[in-house]
Amino acid sequence: MSEREGGSTMEPGRRISMSRPAVGEAGATGQWRNSRPVMDPALCMAAKAGKVTCQICWAYCPDGCITQGAGPVIDLTYCKGCGICAEECPAYAIEMTPEALHGVCDLPEGEVR
Amino acid sequence: MSETMVMTGNEAAATGAKLARVQVIAAYPITPQSPVVETLSAWVESGELPAEFVAVESEHSALTVCIGASTVGARTFTATSSNGLAYMNEQVWWAAGARLPIVMCIANRAMAAPWNVLNDQQDSMSERDAGWVQLYCRDNQEILDTTVQAFLIAERLNVPVMVCYDGFLLSHTMMPVTVPEAGEIDAFLPKRPAPLTVVDPGDPRNIGPVVLADPRADSSGVVSPGYMELRAQHHRALLAAIDAIPEVDTEYGAVTGRSWGGLTWEHLLDDAEVVLIAAGSLATQATLTAEALRAEGVKAGVLGIRAYRPFPVEALREKLTGRRLALVFDKALSYGYDGPICTDLRGSLLGIEGVPAVFGAVCGLGGRDTSPEDLAAAARRAIADLDAGMRTRATDWINLHLEGE
Repeated sequence: MSEREGGSTMEPGRRISMSRPAVGEAGATGQWRNSRPVMDPALCMAAKAGKVTCQICWAYCPDGCITQGAGPVIDLTYCKGCGICAEECPAYAIEMTPEALHGVCDLPEGEVR
Repeated sequence: MSETMVMTGNEAAATGAKLARVQVIAAYPITPQSPVVETLSAWVESGELPAEFVAVESEHSALTVCIGASTVGARTFTATSSNGLAYMNEQVWWAAGARLPIVMCIANRAMAAPWNVLNDQQDSMSERDAGWVQLYCRDNQEILDTTVQAFLIAERLNVPVMVCYDGFLLSHTMMPVTVPEAGEIDAFLPKRPAPLTVVDPGDPRNIGPVVLADPRADSSGVVSPGYMELRAQHHRALLAAIDAIPEVDTEYGAVTGRSWGGLTWEHLLDDAEVVLIAAGSLATQATLTAEALRAEGVKAGVLGIRAYRPFPVEALREKLTGRRLALVFDKALSYGYDGPICTDLRGSLLGIEGVPAVFGAVCGLGGRDTSPEDLAAAARRAIADLDAGMRTRATDWINLHLEGE
């Protein structure tokens, strides 16, 4: 049976969908975002302590786009703006803000924020 | 030594899974399937079956657990019926597209609404297009034997297999079943080959990531097939089951002395002019009908459908060419069209020289009793229609009692 052969030697993705994990495997998903996480170093425990502590945002980010650090760094090229990091941060150091405030798109005429 | 015991169809299914040495079972109870996994869970609890039994909160989760376990290489089994299968639907497609050799028994039951726990074949036949092999059993012995065979078919082709049998008519009916010795089955069914997936913490993979329309290179530069390429290979694997199902059936026969006809089976077919076609226990019943019709001078025979997917197109063409009439009894319906086996058979025979007229009849929906005499009366009506010059006609509804008709 030809189908049987190579069952264990298959190259990734020949008969099923499979790939090696890599940054950007699914494209620049940051374009999907309509609200942006903004981290306040004055509140972030790791930033305040000046060492790699807490890192709860890193642990919870479902896209793996936060790098550990003092404080952690969010890669906006891939962050979809789900807001889980802001929800989970025990120090309330992350605020979700509308993308419009960051000059990505124009505000509707007359609207002031 | 094999041993003959009296057991229900559900116990036969559980015994087949045990003989196959399943490693992970996940299931949610639903009538008439529940005794399959109740039996298995009792064996896991007693230590008689060294497997993981995962109790879940829904059928969707049951198949999801099987998908996870099968992805990392475990031999996995589940069973369901009716709305439970419908609730699994998303994962039914996932298991097939991910090419996982899961075996699932279906104790066939009518779909709601309205609620009805009794038998027809609408549940599994509605999953026709999902990419699973579907085998239909005619008695409890075949349920046990087919459940074991299903693992070998599944693991050779990397496709999941549904083993379907009629709810209550088989699932809860006791009959003698010969249980092969474990060593016989071990010789027939080796350990599962390595899965298609790579599961290695030292070389992590995304399994089932998004595939776009066209082939594209991933981050490592490996060009992955596009969606259509993966689906075409899946389709070819299902078509390869046309050969694998009879091969496995023959190999099983060499070990146990029992084979079930591979794709189809027959009764009094050799010189038959009128061929009665059905799947499951309904086809068993049709054997009595054929015998009764022969006593009236009608050359009748039965062609039983064992494999519904893949559909045995070539075998049906070969076995039906030269006959006068093929009368298909469906215990399911594609609402707004026709019975599923009848529809597929018509398509298979279209444009072939010398094939019979194909008439369809729907019966037994929601457990409506259908006796061999009911089938014989339907056959007499069909023969009369054929003699009156009809080559095609509307679907006959057997034992339908609508007010005013």
